[in-house]
Amino acid sequence: MLEVKDLHVSYGGIRALRGVNLEVPDSKIVTLIGANGAGKSTLLRTISGLVKAESGSVTYNGKELIGMPINKILEQGIAMVPEGRRVFTNLTVQENLKIGAYLRKDKAGIQKDIEWVYELFPRLQERSWQMAGTLSGGEQQMLAVGRALMSRPKLMMMDEPSLGLAPLVVKGIFEIIREINRQGVTVLLIEQNANMALKTADLAYVLETGEITLHGTGAELLSNEAVKRAYLGE
Amino acid sequence: MKKQNELPNSKQSSWVSFLLVLAFLALVFYLDQIIKPTNKMYMLMTVLQKGSVYALAAVSMNLLNGYTGLFSLGHAGFMLIGAYTYAIFTIPSSARDTVYQYFDAAIRFSFPEAFSNVMGPAGTALGVLVAVILAGLLAAFFAYLIGLPVLRLKSDYLAIATLGFAEIIRAVFQWQKLGPITNGSNLLKSFARTSKFKLEVGDTKLVLSTFVPVLIATVSIIIIVKLVNSTYGRAFKAIRDDEVAAEAMGINLARHKMISFTVSSFFAGVSGAMMAMVLSIAQASNFKSAMTYEILLMVVLGGIGSTSGSVIGSFLFVAASEWWLRGLDSGTFLGINAPGVFRNGFRLVVFSIIIMIVVLFFRKGIMGEREISDLFRSRKKKAKGAAQ
Repeated sequence: MLEVKDLHVSYGGIRALRGVNLEVPDSKIVTLIGANGAGKSTLLRTISGLVKAESGSVTYNGKELIGMPINKILEQGIAMVPEGRRVFTNLTVQENLKIGAYLRKDKAGIQKDIEWVYELFPRLQERSWQMAGTLSGGEQQMLAVGRALMSRPKLMMMDEPSLGLAPLVVKGIFEIIREINRQGVTVLLIEQNANMALKTADLAYVLETGEITLHGTGAELLSNEAVKRAYLGE
Repeated sequence: MKKQNELPNSKQSSWVSFLLVLAFLALVFYLDQIIKPTNKMYMLMTVLQKGSVYALAAVSMNLLNGYTGLFSLGHAGFMLIGAYTYAIFTIPSSARDTVYQYFDAAIRFSFPEAFSNVMGPAGTALGVLVAVILAGLLAAFFAYLIGLPVLRLKSDYLAIATLGFAEIIRAVFQWQKLGPITNGSNLLKSFARTSKFKLEVGDTKLVLSTFVPVLIATVSIIIIVKLVNSTYGRAFKAIRDDEVAAEAMGINLARHKMISFTVSSFFAGVSGAMMAMVLSIAQASNFKSAMTYEILLMVVLGGIGSTSGSVIGSFLFVAASEWWLRGLDSGTFLGINAPGVFRNGFRLVVFSIIIMIVVLFFRKGIMGEREISDLFRSRKKKAKGAAQ
């Protein structure tokens, strides 16, 4: 279980997170919704070690992650799909996947997991020798997810996987998220597409200007009047 | 379907390239024996010698600028360190006092001499090799020191900082106070040079003056290619494409940038040593930033991010400037005799126009980001597709 307790993070004088408390139980899909600038991405980047926290704690299965180098955090089994996909455009699809397994040494296991990712995303197998930059937006998102899966994570954090994708493609991505979760990976999902995210998630949190204002099950928040007004446009 | 993801016969193709390299080396060795300096075709040998120096310099610069995405312009500085290290440690004791005529030479040690005293003729070769490696190591060491502060910078800032360091290195080497070591602003000569490299088998003397630089460049480039194709190389390319994503994958940015920078500088130092042994002089004033730009031009012409492109680019560049376009400077070109137009400097005009044309028609350089082996592979694939 991932536990965030009273987390404060500042960016050059701006307080992005002001005492965030959050729990991600194992093998659940947890979503975090909120407007632009609410601090969602900051939270993910802090958990993965890309951003330094001011105070508070982030523990995973009892181990403190704050202050741990990025590679050690990855070795704990926490992987991130960054916002805007950020695939390595001048590397082939296969090379992208291999970079995802950068910290692993077991060659046979890596090869097996590449096959596994190709099973999840047959489109990637068709394009395995293509440069990632030549893929469509949806395929790049698949690649970004596949790349994160290559580190064999127990917890996968996704930053707006539906960003800039057609509704049909978004649907496909969410199906994949559920499939990955069925295979035993915990998912922490950040979304602006609140409707989709809440329908998919077991648990949900609402983040507003650096603070958690609401939390409950996905269904609960979906029927919450305040959430409806602010995020579902009803 | 599953086999599709693996390279087709990668073992077989690596054997083929290995044999091709051996055949190339054998050809160079053979040419070395038949083409004498008095021969008209000796220009070819000069191009092979200088071309291999520049090819290694360009490939090592490409490792940094093309594969790792670190835009550094300090190459001439590291080549200078390599050239001087090599020269200083291969000057025989008999010649030292004539070389350092204004100073009292501080370093009185020559690797080829020391080793040949113990091992005979084989020791001379070993001494040259050790001096070349030491040249690379010293360049890499300075790169490490410079890299500590400088590699935090990005793109143009890094370029300016490295350019500055290269100029500082040049100024320091020309400093009169360091005369006992570097001979001040005077040139170093009389050290082990390619024109003297010979292999004595019985009574016959085999000439090695082109073979040695080509061999050193080939071995070095193979090492760089191996590095680029390893996990490290993949990490370098990931850093080039997206630093943040690379970091999120667990790649240690500072460490990998430093590895790329020092390895690149190591081979820059080796190419500097090669330049010294080919030109048979070493002088700091030759290693201006203009040399870095020349090498950068070869990298860009060949294709940033393509090792074979850098090699092709540098040989074409050297061949054009040293051989094919020479006539433009000396009166007669392609049978046209026009001393009025074909005068000193006209070659550079034509050369610049050619470069502009190449860059216009090959936006990403001659090879783009492909390698020679890719050309064959895509053709094979197409043939397969047509057959199905």
